[in-house]
Amino acid sequence: MEFLSYLISGISLGSVYAIIALGYTMVYGIAKMLNFAHGDVIMVGGYISFCAVSYLGLPGWLALILAMAVCTVLGIVIEGLAYKPLRSAPSLAVLITAIGVSYFLQNTALLIWKAAPKVYPSLIPATNAQGEVNALQLFHGQLSISYISLLTMASCVVIMIALTLFTGKTKMGKAMRACSEDKGAAQLMGINVNATISTTFAIGSALAAVAGVLLCSSYPTLQPTTGSMPGIKAFTAAVFGGIGSIPGAFLGGLLLGIIEALAKAYISTNLANTIVFAVLIIVLLVKPAGLLGKYVPEKV
Amino acid sequence: MKKLSIKQHTRTDFLTYLGVIIAFAVMSFLSSNGSLSRSLTGQLVPICCYMSMAVSLNLTVGILGELSLGHAGFMSVGAFSGVVAAMSLQTVIPSAPLRLAAAMVIGAAAAAIAGIIVGTPVLRLRGDYLAIVTLAFGEIIKDLINCLLVGYDANGLHVAFNLTGSKTVADLGMQEGGIAIIKGAQGATGTTIISSFTAGFLLVMVTLFVVLNLKHSRAGRAIMALRDNAIAAESVGINLTKYKMMAFVTSAALAGAAGALYGLNFSSLQATKFNFNTSILILVFVVLGGLGNLWGSLIAAAALTVLPELLRAFSDYRMLVYAIVLILVMLATNNPTLKTFFSRFKPRKHVRKEAV
Amino acid sequence: MFPKLVPMPSPNLLTERDVDKRPILECINLGINFGGLAAVEGFNMAIGRTEITGLIGPNGAGKTTVFNLLTKVYQPTKGTILLDGNDTHNMNTAQVNRAGIARTFQNIRLFNDLTVEENVTVAMDAHMHYNMWSGIFRLPRFWKEERVAHDRAMELLSIFNMADLAGAKAGSLPYGAQRRLEIVRALATNPSLLLLDEPAAGMNPSETAELMENIRNIRDTFQIAILLIEHDMNLVMNICEGIAVLNFGRIIAKGTPEDIQSNPAVIEAYLGKQKEA
Repeated sequence: MEFLSYLISGISLGSVYAIIALGYTMVYGIAKMLNFAHGDVIMVGGYISFCAVSYLGLPGWLALILAMAVCTVLGIVIEGLAYKPLRSAPSLAVLITAIGVSYFLQNTALLIWKAAPKVYPSLIPATNAQGEVNALQLFHGQLSISYISLLTMASCVVIMIALTLFTGKTKMGKAMRACSEDKGAAQLMGINVNATISTTFAIGSALAAVAGVLLCSSYPTLQPTTGSMPGIKAFTAAVFGGIGSIPGAFLGGLLLGIIEALAKAYISTNLANTIVFAVLIIVLLVKPAGLLGKYVPEKV
Repeated sequence: MKKLSIKQHTRTDFLTYLGVIIAFAVMSFLSSNGSLSRSLTGQLVPICCYMSMAVSLNLTVGILGELSLGHAGFMSVGAFSGVVAAMSLQTVIPSAPLRLAAAMVIGAAAAAIAGIIVGTPVLRLRGDYLAIVTLAFGEIIKDLINCLLVGYDANGLHVAFNLTGSKTVADLGMQEGGIAIIKGAQGATGTTIISSFTAGFLLVMVTLFVVLNLKHSRAGRAIMALRDNAIAAESVGINLTKYKMMAFVTSAALAGAAGALYGLNFSSLQATKFNFNTSILILVFVVLGGLGNLWGSLIAAAALTVLPELLRAFSDYRMLVYAIVLILVMLATNNPTLKTFFSRFKPRKHVRKEAV
Repeated sequence: MFPKLVPMPSPNLLTERDVDKRPILECINLGINFGGLAAVEGFNMAIGRTEITGLIGPNGAGKTTVFNLLTKVYQPTKGTILLDGNDTHNMNTAQVNRAGIARTFQNIRLFNDLTVEENVTVAMDAHMHYNMWSGIFRLPRFWKEERVAHDRAMELLSIFNMADLAGAKAGSLPYGAQRRLEIVRALATNPSLLLLDEPAAGMNPSETAELMENIRNIRDTFQIAILLIEHDMNLVMNICEGIAVLNFGRIIAKGTPEDIQSNPAVIEAYLGKQKEA
């Protein structure tokens, strides 16, 4: 029973990683860049929804939508101002710019909201107004799954399915896949490459906002650096599953969350990250393109 | 027969050494004069460390062409092994400069071993996958050192690994008079400071000497050939694993020496100092200075370490300004219009070079 | 370190290599599958020590794949490659080169940021022996070997009239010079078999004529075997002593240029089946 409860908290954490990783993987697939600012968009999403609830008194779902809207705009603006001019520049230049954007977002947040951590009002608080626990009780209360965990897992599955359908069935989704395969050819086929990349950033950033709200709902401390570590972990998750692959990001996120939770519970709290990263390295040695990625050898 | 091209390289390399020597002379003069601000004087040794970190990372990123996001990890290994060495050699080597030199050599050796352990799996991967694994290794090294307890007494070194977070220095089982050197998450505290600006200067010179001479030898040619076209390099008999390892491990060892100097410049040091952000900071030096351009790495490292100091007037806004400067510089240096504008001046520069 | 360049032999002077009648390269039943598709199958071939052989066939026939198999860019799924009688089964690309096979690439692969001279000296790495420390500390051994390598590189470059380009970046060379540099670089590894992948691609008739002369000179000067892939039939028929024709991964004809020109299977592969009149 103890194991099950650790497993579920791992799946819940993994679902957050998976949502971030989905955004990461889409942006990587199309722009071929490691967007280190992605983690900080999560943080911005967290703060926006925090302000919406605490200062404006909006309900949680409205705060979530507001956060998504702000992050979508933020994503498009970042892409347009910082990344679009570098489309033909060496990938390292884009990487450093992304790091600059990351510093920029963190320090702007530091100026606006200060360094002191904020206590985040969870989307579904741990206990309701009557003092009852907001959790699903199973096996006569031996196993308790909080509603926020259930919500997180459900959102992750819904987002994954929606994205798969979107990229598979819609015109824009097909344009995205075409651009990630070959931008030049896509352009020749009449696809507006710039608009497609902007849309991808918009979707990725909106997902980051969702992830921010869900992450802070489960782990309610909000700081300007809140997004960094989940950002790196989600990036790891995306690579783990095969970067560029949507089911890969989902699988990678979930596995990463589970490994982290179980390592924390059974091996060592201090070394949980070490174990996660060690598993990543081992997976990459066996499958150099990640679990579901395709290894394309260079044509000679 | 024409002159060996290596001799021509040697001449341009000489100008780099000369620049560093002049900079050192000027800074020592200013600091003995008392005309440097306190904070800037305190930055002299760290600047030297960052300079040689940037040069050594340039060997991996610019010359070998593999993106490493975990360079601070090697600095960390060098720093903590250097501190342990210096603290436990206190009676054996009473002279502080000699002890510092020994600590730096030990730091370099430890980082080289870490480089071999990391490099063996990492160098089999490519591109961004390699980058993410170096990042992972940087984080792993940080976490492992955070769990490390090291002490020294008459019986020698005592090492314990604080896996569960319940062990303390007392568990090392040291005799009376023993000193705790690394205390887990608290890091190394109570370190005797023996680093000096002169040592920093010598470190930069040695790092430059090693990287420049390696670059202009058969190994450097092979490494750059692998960067330019790995398949063609293998087709002319270049041993891919050997040369990639050579570059990676040399780079790690130099970072280890810089780490040892850095560690012995502060009485207290935590492993979290050498996190992902530090790796990124050094990568920024390398990219801004120019890939493969060691001279540029030196200037970028010095300028960007001093810049936040100069931005003190902006107080709270300084990191924000730093971020904006970073983005603008990247946009400007990669702007096609500006590039063609600057390339107009290039031919003249070539003429001048030949005249020298 | 290097064998001295062999001067142009007078026709009546037989070298050791001519006397040796064993083939330099033997492929026995070589084949590779890509995801179930046999890209090359049942490839058998033997090349004499100073022979110029042509490998021709329609686009997509698997010619470059054969080169990639010989140089171990791809690992063969079946068959044996014997280089000078030795099985190359356990060798990787670099080891195959050190054993004696050098190649050029269809889409030029130079080290663009290195100079022309460095492109050539880097190919001599297998023949240089000073270690990393001699390089860093500039020990006498370093200077001695670098001097020899430099002289040898200039000697090779001057054969191809490229000595004055030695200091230029390889990436800045015009197309024809890049193609020639690839050949010089391959020769610098001191091979016994040289593989040329479409050396005349993109050249005009006068350049092609010069190249043809160059290829003959290489064979005569260095006394090595050459296997070349080429679509320019004039070049192939003029300089090759033996020709193999590949179609859909299989050899459909082998023989002298005269045999090949009149072979109905070859004509069919290139022109399609002729209608019965």
